[in-house]
Amino acid sequence: MKGSITKGLSPRRRAYDITMRTLLYAAAALICALLVFLIGYILYRGIPHLSWQFLTSEESVIKDIEGILPAILNTVYVIIATLIFILPLGVGSAIYLTEYASNKRVVAAIEFATETLSGMPSIIFALVGVIVFCEFCGLGQSLIAGAFSLVMMTLPTVIRTTQESLKTVPLSYREGSLALGSGKWHMIRTVVLPSSVDGIVTGCILAVGRIVGESAVLMFTAGMGMRLAKYGDSVGEFFRNLFDSSGATLTVALYHYAKERADFDSAFAVAVVLLVIAFGINLAAKFAGRKLKKR
Amino acid sequence: MSGNTIIEAKGLELWYGDNHALKGVSLEIPENRITALIGPSGCGKSTFLKTLNRMNDLVPGVRIEGQLLYNGEDIYGPDVDVTRLRKQIGMVFQKANPFPMSIYDNIAYGPRTHGVRSRAKLDDIVERSLRDAAIWDEVKDRLNKSALGLSGGQQQRLCIARALAVEPDVLLMDESTSALDPISTGKIEELALELKNRYTVVMVTHNMQQAVRVSDMTAFFLLGELVEFGDTERLFSHPRDKRTEDYITGRFG
Amino acid sequence: MNEAILSKEAGAKVKTAAKTAKNKKSGARGALEFTMKALFLICGLVAVGFVLIISVYLIVSGIPAIREVGLLEFLGGTDWDPANRSGDPSFGILPMILTSIYGTAGAIVIGVPIGFLMAVFLSKVAPRRLAAVIREVVDLLAGIPSVVYGLVGMIVLLPAIRDLFGLPAGDSLLAAVFVLAIMILPSIISVSETALDAVPREYEEASLALGATELETYFRVSAPAAKSGIAASVVLGVGRAIGEAMAILMVAGNVANMPSLLSSVKFLTTAIAGEMGYADGLHRQALFSIGLVLFLFIMLINAALNLFLKRSKEGQA
Repeated sequence: MKGSITKGLSPRRRAYDITMRTLLYAAAALICALLVFLIGYILYRGIPHLSWQFLTSEESVIKDIEGILPAILNTVYVIIATLIFILPLGVGSAIYLTEYASNKRVVAAIEFATETLSGMPSIIFALVGVIVFCEFCGLGQSLIAGAFSLVMMTLPTVIRTTQESLKTVPLSYREGSLALGSGKWHMIRTVVLPSSVDGIVTGCILAVGRIVGESAVLMFTAGMGMRLAKYGDSVGEFFRNLFDSSGATLTVALYHYAKERADFDSAFAVAVVLLVIAFGINLAAKFAGRKLKKR
Repeated sequence: MSGNTIIEAKGLELWYGDNHALKGVSLEIPENRITALIGPSGCGKSTFLKTLNRMNDLVPGVRIEGQLLYNGEDIYGPDVDVTRLRKQIGMVFQKANPFPMSIYDNIAYGPRTHGVRSRAKLDDIVERSLRDAAIWDEVKDRLNKSALGLSGGQQQRLCIARALAVEPDVLLMDESTSALDPISTGKIEELALELKNRYTVVMVTHNMQQAVRVSDMTAFFLLGELVEFGDTERLFSHPRDKRTEDYITGRFG
Repeated sequence: MNEAILSKEAGAKVKTAAKTAKNKKSGARGALEFTMKALFLICGLVAVGFVLIISVYLIVSGIPAIREVGLLEFLGGTDWDPANRSGDPSFGILPMILTSIYGTAGAIVIGVPIGFLMAVFLSKVAPRRLAAVIREVVDLLAGIPSVVYGLVGMIVLLPAIRDLFGLPAGDSLLAAVFVLAIMILPSIISVSETALDAVPREYEEASLALGATELETYFRVSAPAAKSGIAASVVLGVGRAIGEAMAILMVAGNVANMPSLLSSVKFLTTAIAGEMGYADGLHRQALFSIGLVLFLFIMLINAALNLFLKRSKEGQA
């Protein structure tokens, strides 16, 4: 029964150990190399074509200018328009689910719906957006139709993160407020919401990330126009653009450059802009998320 | 009373970071006996137990000095392979921790890991280990059912069977009955008494009656020091150290 | 624990106290409370409404073409030639169904092993600092828009495949599989890692105490213990892959061939994305029918996903 404790692993086990360890490191190295290559290549191809003029002008065949200002503005418009809707809707749903919900069936229905929406591929939102918003509601291909379609897509993100942060608000805060005789809505407004702002912000950042990266939905609902109907420097113009302008956001512009015009220099330049935004959004989400976790 | 020494500690020191958890512990654990380690929480008895099969290696920042010999070989020696060591010195934990697999696979896990492939041999080992752990009759009809469906006491005996399946010399039991009801505890104590004919058992226990009931030797730890070590009967009836006396008469801890 | 119970009881008492107070005041404040509650309920129901709208509209606009073409002909037909002006269009979507299935399977075959290994590495093996850096890398991969993957695929992958296999063009199922495999990696990694992190440490200790090495422990105990979560990550990957449109639209070539690795193919999603812009009449309706088929696929996958996630949660409890 007595065995030595210094004999070591059998060759077979040693081989298994070494193989598995190698595979683990290889997988990690592969993924890191992939990202380095992706980013390096995009920057290498895109930066030479990136200029101030490219970012700040509208393209013009006559003047032989290429520019993605409309795409940038369209992206910003769509983001703002979408946030205007998902912020109250998402926060409202989350409040209902965490603070009010008493009917289990209603909760189950809402949760099933958000799960279903978050698993739905964007091409489905594109199809439904086209039928419902562009045609049935008569909005045509416009930024606002795109924004509405995106509301369907990004709503679950805001609901979920808000819900998570609402759950972290301690019971004692609520009691403290209720004990002072305030009503439930008053308690939510003065105690619960203020202490879950960072969760709501995180949700919005994540939603913005999805909007910036989305292309299929916007290509069909917001259109592929590379120009802007009117430049908006006032609120009125903003709304007119939303409804009148059929415009490509950055991702759609990239697709347009690459696939329709085979203008790869411009496509990579747009890709650089998108990468920078994606990186910024990741940082912002991490920052907001960390604040949320600290509590 | 004591037979051959199987494990010998000489001036064993252990630190978790800055926390000096074992202070110059020296003792000889006899073969084919049950040795109980007692003492209040945080006294170092569990830490000592885990140095024997080097489970403390998993704790970051742990540092060990002194000597710990198993059959004359240094457990912390440079040539030691911990997988061999842990095969020789098995362990049963405080909380029953069967794998989320079938009962059969739980027992077969160890032998398979150590290279047993033949189904007939595995069948044999599974039956023998379950019999040795006195649980065969309770589970023989459901070997392919999940081990998580067993009761707490059954799970713990399954874990003992799993430890026996790799044919260890020494079985470490880390408060292995503390989460169980009295009947299950009794069964495991009986089992320990059976096992000592073939194995050396080292058990950490919170329960002094248990130490009296089952152990041959008892070591009393306090604040990282080994205060007293000796024959169980003698230690409980005529403690030599005042602190031992205070502890066993329930004056602290 | 007792404190929690106590404070819960206190909370209940406070609530009843608040209720009686409220009842006394009733009037304006009661109306406000009621309105707010109703408003929040409506917000919550919006999501339900969206799902209903999606289902209803997809069914309503997807059925006519199927009825006109015939269900068997539509699902089983191997010929997709919807815009045939000479008067004999055909609407068989079998090539696309198979392409979507093969493409997804290919992405899973490549992506799951790599993603799983990566998850084990992050959860168990990597030093903490390195793991943190790699997690950032994975997050960044997840944040890159799909058209960017498509663009790099077009410029890098397609010429490589063309040259390697001596094809006239590199647009192929193979290219799409590679792009999809990369795109599903982040979801597979993060969901598997979460599942592996949740494996109780006791299982691993038991295995180590039996004399298993750390790697044997991770692959033979931790991974099986996390199998529901890992299965969920695979299903999530399937959902992502089958739903992706734009990136593969840029690399798959978009000819509705029966799928083979090196030929130009059309997926369910890319048929919609590629033809929506110009389709009309029955062709357009047929695209909605494809949408309906895709929708049904996704609903099935979602159901499987929820099942695994639920099991994974129960497994931890």
